[in-house]
Amino acid sequence: MFVTQAYAQDGGTTEQLPSEVHGVQETHHEGSIPASEHGAGFPPFDPEFYPSQILWLAITFGVFYWLLKTVIMPRIGGILENRRDRIALDLEAAERMRSDADEAQAAYEQELTAARNRAHAIATDARESAKADAEKERKRLDAELNDKLDAAQARIAEVKRGALAEVDQIARDVTDTILREVASIEASQDEIASAVSQADR
Amino acid sequence: MEHDPTDPIHQFQINRIVPIQIGDWDFSFTNSALFMVLTVAVTTAFLYYTTRGRGLVPSRGQSITELSYEFTANMLRDAAGTAGMKFFPFVFSIFMFVLVANLFGMVPFFFTVTSHLIVTFALALLVIGVVVGYGFYKHGLKWLMVFVPSGVPGYILPLVVTIEIVSFLSRPVSLSVRLFANMLAGHITLKVFAGFVVSMSALGTLGIIGSILPLLMTIALTALEFLVAALQAYVFAVLTCMYLNDAVHPHH
Repeated sequence: MFVTQAYAQDGGTTEQLPSEVHGVQETHHEGSIPASEHGAGFPPFDPEFYPSQILWLAITFGVFYWLLKTVIMPRIGGILENRRDRIALDLEAAERMRSDADEAQAAYEQELTAARNRAHAIATDARESAKADAEKERKRLDAELNDKLDAAQARIAEVKRGALAEVDQIARDVTDTILREVASIEASQDEIASAVSQADR
Repeated sequence: MEHDPTDPIHQFQINRIVPIQIGDWDFSFTNSALFMVLTVAVTTAFLYYTTRGRGLVPSRGQSITELSYEFTANMLRDAAGTAGMKFFPFVFSIFMFVLVANLFGMVPFFFTVTSHLIVTFALALLVIGVVVGYGFYKHGLKWLMVFVPSGVPGYILPLVVTIEIVSFLSRPVSLSVRLFANMLAGHITLKVFAGFVVSMSALGTLGIIGSILPLLMTIALTALEFLVAALQAYVFAVLTCMYLNDAVHPHH
């Protein structure tokens, strides 16, 4: 019984509804419930209102289905889609910002390294130039001291030469005096000088 | 018609509001039809109204709408896969219609549309009709393979196929009777216990004291009936999804 009804109603069109309803009603006529007594018996099994219920169910459910399909569900679907898109977009933006931050970090590190290297170079240069300056100064002082040393040595030599010359004179005078006073020998100055220089050797 | 106020059957009575007679057929606009219209109108209005803000962060109402939408979508996707999603509007309509009709039945003096077998049977036939119709439309005669489980030895195949066919044919019956019987029985029980309160209270002081028990029972049953109303809508929708799966994937 249900099979035939099932296939009869499958069409779902309103033209088919009466025949289907008729079938249901007939079933109940043949069944145990006396159907013609309206209002009597158990209302859910009272076929009197079957056509009306089926018709109005078809109308209301049809309208409901149509409204949901064409208006409500695209609306909800749109909202959810929109949210999904927005979340994806935000995630993307966050990802982009993070990569930006990473880049900035890398740039900063690079900059820092460069600056450090530059500082190092500057320090090295300063040290080198200071060292060079010190070296130059040292050399200058060295030279100056050498000059002074040379001058001093020259003076010493001169003084020494002068002293030695005086020593010769003193030796000659001593010799002359000794010869004259002790030996009473009158020697000329030339003889004394040659004798002293010979003894000097 | 005179009625005993504690009559548990009276709530299922259908009354003509606008009598409409076409030929031999009585298509009167009844209280049943009124509550079908109310169900549709209130549900549609709710779904429309709560989504008016199209909020990125949903409001409370929008959350309810979105939850029911995604709940149904997941239900259908789990049962029938992505290919079954073309039936989403259909399943969502069925679920929302049955759910709201059931819940409307919980309001005092409201008519319960789903407490009439013809309504649930029509919905069940619609589901099975869609399954059969789509099955043949999509797979042709091969769709009949849904009755032939794979891996069954040849000699018991006729028996298995017979069982499969019988089980398929009983689907609209079980689907509709389950919902109808749950709503009917629940409402009758509720009314009977509530009726006890009324009739016992009429007996005097002792009766009033004694009526506390059925009153507590009525309160508990009301909570239970809310659960049943939601649960049966869910069951109806889940079974719809599983039957639709047969239409989409006939080889199981």
